[in-house]
Amino acid sequence: MRRLLIAVPFLWLLALFIVPFVIVFKISLSDLAVAIPPYTPTLDVSEGWAGLKAFFAELDFENYIWLTEDALYWKAYLSSLKIAVISTLLTLLVGYPIAYGIARAPQEWRAMLFMLVILPFWTSFLIRVYSWMGILSQEGYLNQVLLWIGVINEPLIILNTNIAVYIGIVYTYLPFMILPIYAALEKLDISLLEAAEDLGCSRFSAFWLVTVPLSKQGIIAGSFLVFIPTIGEFVIPSLLGGSRTLMIGKVLWEEFFSNRDWPVASAVAVVLLLILIIPIVLFQRNEQKQREANQ
Amino acid sequence: MRRMTWFNVTSLTLGFAFLYLPMLILIIFSFNESKLVTVWAGFSTKWYGEVLRNTAFLDAAWVTVKVAFISSCLATILGTMAAIVMVRAGRFKGRTLFSGMIYAPMVMPEVITGLSLLLLFISLGMDRGVFTIVLAHTTFAMCYVSVVVSSRLVSFDQSLEEAALDLGCSPVQAFRLVTLPIIAPAVISGWLLAFTLSLDDLVIASFTSGPSATTLPMKIWSSVRLGVSPEINALSTIMILVVAIGVITASLINKRNVVRQRREEAAAEKLA
Repeated sequence: MRRLLIAVPFLWLLALFIVPFVIVFKISLSDLAVAIPPYTPTLDVSEGWAGLKAFFAELDFENYIWLTEDALYWKAYLSSLKIAVISTLLTLLVGYPIAYGIARAPQEWRAMLFMLVILPFWTSFLIRVYSWMGILSQEGYLNQVLLWIGVINEPLIILNTNIAVYIGIVYTYLPFMILPIYAALEKLDISLLEAAEDLGCSRFSAFWLVTVPLSKQGIIAGSFLVFIPTIGEFVIPSLLGGSRTLMIGKVLWEEFFSNRDWPVASAVAVVLLLILIIPIVLFQRNEQKQREANQ
Repeated sequence: MRRMTWFNVTSLTLGFAFLYLPMLILIIFSFNESKLVTVWAGFSTKWYGEVLRNTAFLDAAWVTVKVAFISSCLATILGTMAAIVMVRAGRFKGRTLFSGMIYAPMVMPEVITGLSLLLLFISLGMDRGVFTIVLAHTTFAMCYVSVVVSSRLVSFDQSLEEAALDLGCSPVQAFRLVTLPIIAPAVISGWLLAFTLSLDDLVIASFTSGPSATTLPMKIWSSVRLGVSPEINALSTIMILVVAIGVITASLINKRNVVRQRREEAAAEKLA
């Protein structure tokens, strides 16, 4: 009974999560071929041991060397990292005051405000990104309003630039930042702030010296939750970014669907995974530390 | 100290305006008469008619709901099993790998998950369509379900289960009569989460589906790439409203259950 309970989800994940990665890794060592499937070599089990040996002999790291030689790829990795770092900071800047406001709101409002933060998270990601296309385009609502007020004389070009990508990321990932910070701030003992102010701290320095350090765990968790998925983001740079917005998720997609180069797409995926392991492990360790601190 | 400062009020107002204005604008302009999306030309519901007459949208919606329903049910069963394993099974060989496999799919970029599953399906020679999307969605959704369910499993009093076993229940009976009713709200939220994740998914579905199956997000994607369109605005509004009504109803039911459960627990404590 117990064995069955463990075996079913275990084997499911093994077959549909681990095995696919092994295949990706294998194909990343193969060569592009004009065939179905479009790579070579393919393993021929009927030839037995000799077939296996011939199969391994043909695998090589050519695609990875190609990734280092073509500037497109490492530029795309670097630019993804840059966009992820900047948008994480922006999300923190926008999200912290909101989380702070909710934590300081009267008790009876908090559940409602909390719900309002989560609600957009349930609606379609694609629609939320799409809704910005109408706002940011050259004849869009934002430009109409700004022209009408008279702040600008000519419409701003925002859509299809990196600025639009930042706006899209901050908008869609904001709940991920707000929730952990709110969770940290809600636990914070108000009397600590009062003590700080009684001891002569200004409101601002009390915030900076007491509130911020005590919500550090929330800030770290929120930043990872935004940073990690942003690196491999595909929808936002494709819809809001321009031809000059370079992100690795988009490169992988195009390599696969437009160039039909499966081996290179697989190599791009393997390298992306290696880059992501560092923040994922750091995040897990932070969560672990927090769980131990709570017990 | 508990009063709202002007700073808090402003940040909340601006914050929620930022979160909700884009969707509000989209909803308002879905009732726009004009084909030019950004110019208001009077109230009209004609785009809703267009959406409901568009068989491509309706077919895609049907495929999406079918995939979401099957995969969320499978994910709920597998995810609940995984949660029980994580919380109750104790030590076993490969436990670290198991918990790694539960957490990793949630942080994996969708492009990687999609690509790897596609390559698996191709090397197995499977026909791609509804079935392969269901397999893919079940796999990542079950991880979310197991996290939601295991947080509830951790928090409830295990002695209740032990009492049922002492009183002669078989483990299966104890699960059905004691554990399942207690974790039911978490299982239902897990199912809802799995369902919406599946409804929403574009990237993994694009990789794992074949020419025979197009989901609604894939359909929206191919038309959105060409720019803003009033039909998509109307379709989006319908989807936003359906989800909003669903989530609000679910949370109200959940709240009522929690209140009732607390009352019962308090009454039980008084008796004891």
